[in-house]
Amino acid sequence: MAEVALRNVVKRFEEVEAVRSIDLDIPDNELVVLVGPSGCGKSTTLRMIAGLEEVTSGEIFIGGELVNDLPPKDRDIAMVFQNYALYPHMTAFENMSFGLRLRKFSKSEIRSRVEHAARILDITDLLNRRPKQLSGGQRQRVAMGRAIVRHPKVFLFDEPLSNLDAKLRVQMRTEIKRVHQKVRTTTVYVTHDQVEAMTLADRVVVMNRGRVEQIGAPQQLYHHPKTRFVAGFIGSPAMNFIPCRLEQNGVEMRVRLSDAIALPVPEANSARYRSAIGKDLIFGLRPEHITEPRRSECNGGREFIVNLDVVEPMGMETMVFFALGDTEICGRVDPASAGSPGQPMRVYANIDHMHLIDPDTDLIL
Amino acid sequence: MTADAVTAPSSRKLGLKSSLKRNRRWALIMSYGFLIVFAIFFLTPPYYMIVTSFKSDAEVAHMATNPWIIADGVTLDQYKLLFTQTDFLIYFKNTAIVTVCVVVITMVVSVLAAFSLGRMKFWGSSILATGIFLTYLVPDTLLFIPLFQIVRSLGLLNSYWSMVLVYPTLTVPFCTWIMIGYFQSIPKELDEAALIDGAGHMQMLLKIFIPVALPGIIAATIFAFTVSWAAFVYPMAFLYSSDQQVLTVGTVTSLIRADVYKWGMLMAGALVAAAPPLVIYAFLMDYYIAGLTAGATKG
Repeated sequence: MAEVALRNVVKRFEEVEAVRSIDLDIPDNELVVLVGPSGCGKSTTLRMIAGLEEVTSGEIFIGGELVNDLPPKDRDIAMVFQNYALYPHMTAFENMSFGLRLRKFSKSEIRSRVEHAARILDITDLLNRRPKQLSGGQRQRVAMGRAIVRHPKVFLFDEPLSNLDAKLRVQMRTEIKRVHQKVRTTTVYVTHDQVEAMTLADRVVVMNRGRVEQIGAPQQLYHHPKTRFVAGFIGSPAMNFIPCRLEQNGVEMRVRLSDAIALPVPEANSARYRSAIGKDLIFGLRPEHITEPRRSECNGGREFIVNLDVVEPMGMETMVFFALGDTEICGRVDPASAGSPGQPMRVYANIDHMHLIDPDTDLIL
Repeated sequence: MTADAVTAPSSRKLGLKSSLKRNRRWALIMSYGFLIVFAIFFLTPPYYMIVTSFKSDAEVAHMATNPWIIADGVTLDQYKLLFTQTDFLIYFKNTAIVTVCVVVITMVVSVLAAFSLGRMKFWGSSILATGIFLTYLVPDTLLFIPLFQIVRSLGLLNSYWSMVLVYPTLTVPFCTWIMIGYFQSIPKELDEAALIDGAGHMQMLLKIFIPVALPGIIAATIFAFTVSWAAFVYPMAFLYSSDQQVLTVGTVTSLIRADVYKWGMLMAGALVAAAPPLVIYAFLMDYYIAGLTAGATKG
């Protein structure tokens, strides 16, 4: 059990700066997910914490101890890899106990730890099998078991679910969360899948181009993104971004999306936006906030008529796509009220959840 | 029209199925045919050797008898003479000592070399790896001249220990090269997992890499064994007294005197000399295949 701290951590591969000055504090027992597109430096950051990559500059602390120069085995961490990295010639039991055997634990201690981990992961019956005799999900459990038996200070997960099929991924995601609730240990989890990040994390660290874009609880990132990147990256389907202009019409502030469509800015936001009046901005609204008109929410000026391009029924809801100027917009509507492609449809924009982005800084106003 | 439309695809499907079946049967017949041809081609010389080694000298020399069958009865005389009247057993012992030493030296050196060249990136590692393979390309018929000088300056001329010294120049480069390929094919996460589990480089090699690369190690061992068991040029050049000689050269020099060929004993000697590689192949092949297929099926 330990907290992890990164101070101005930089990693340079020859000319390429993979990680640019990261500061991060992970309290004891917290599950932090590093998320971002490929090449954003999340895996490199994790590997630096593990000791598999040297730090170019900056400091990494585990449990208050500076670990920059410690080899991986002395950092008291355990890691689960994307391709499981199980030793193919060993049984599940031998794989899980390998680290303990190297550390000269007694046989009885090894047996009790492995059996305990196997019970948590529900793999007691598989302990005598070799990796080749296990399915993808079972291998991933064994890989997690290998980490659990060590009772490390920190768990590191490097995209552990990427090799699994979609259904199993969802199942294992829940499993990882359940295991973390049982075995409370500081955990750093890397993924490029924002859904995984949202569902698992106590806190999410969104990374882009080697930098931290924003750190926060999943709901906070979802509802209050600080940058355009975070707003677009978190949430699926992604947030709609529409070029707009902010207008003041008497007492009313409006966001003009096109010649025909200008939406009234909610009063709660208007003070914040006052300085940007007359500027070209980007309007951000999530698909779930573009719906069919609902009686309870009907509010003057928030409805407009669009021509549907594509309609995608998802079962519980239907995605509708339509063009607004040059931008394609996605909305989530009730299946009963979704029209057909080519037909006009009246949609309602719930702009209480709107965001305005300054295109020069990509920051959310 | 509709009836046609319904029946046509199904009949076409049937035709496809039967032609597939016919193709498969043809492939099977062809492969058995070629297998039989090759088996006859490769088994004829050993058969001839076996038959000749169980004949008496008189029968071998008799031009009128059929060389493919034993007409005058089976005799073990050739083997008895080989073991009692010649230095064959000394050659056998010398060869065994040399081969065991060479295989051990080769495997220790090439596994360590391949592990460092294949898994640890350091300055010049890839050039070194290529360089090692290039040394293998120099044929022993060229190498034996400079090696002769070296062996003589070490005072090892006419000692089978010189073979222990020079055979690795043939075996180490090739075995290292095979092993580099094997080690490089092992995913890098495996050593990272081992590092995190707390293994040092030596533990990683012994507990992870050697067991995982066992098929490659066995292939390399078979190669080293075969090369040192069957080498001819070096013993021919460096060894001349009978007590230091090895099988390949010893059998030939002691059983062919000018134009007198002792065919019966030559064949018996060649067969006995071929036995150990045969046994090693048979044993290691089983192990090799077992290693490859272990756990391959789902339980």
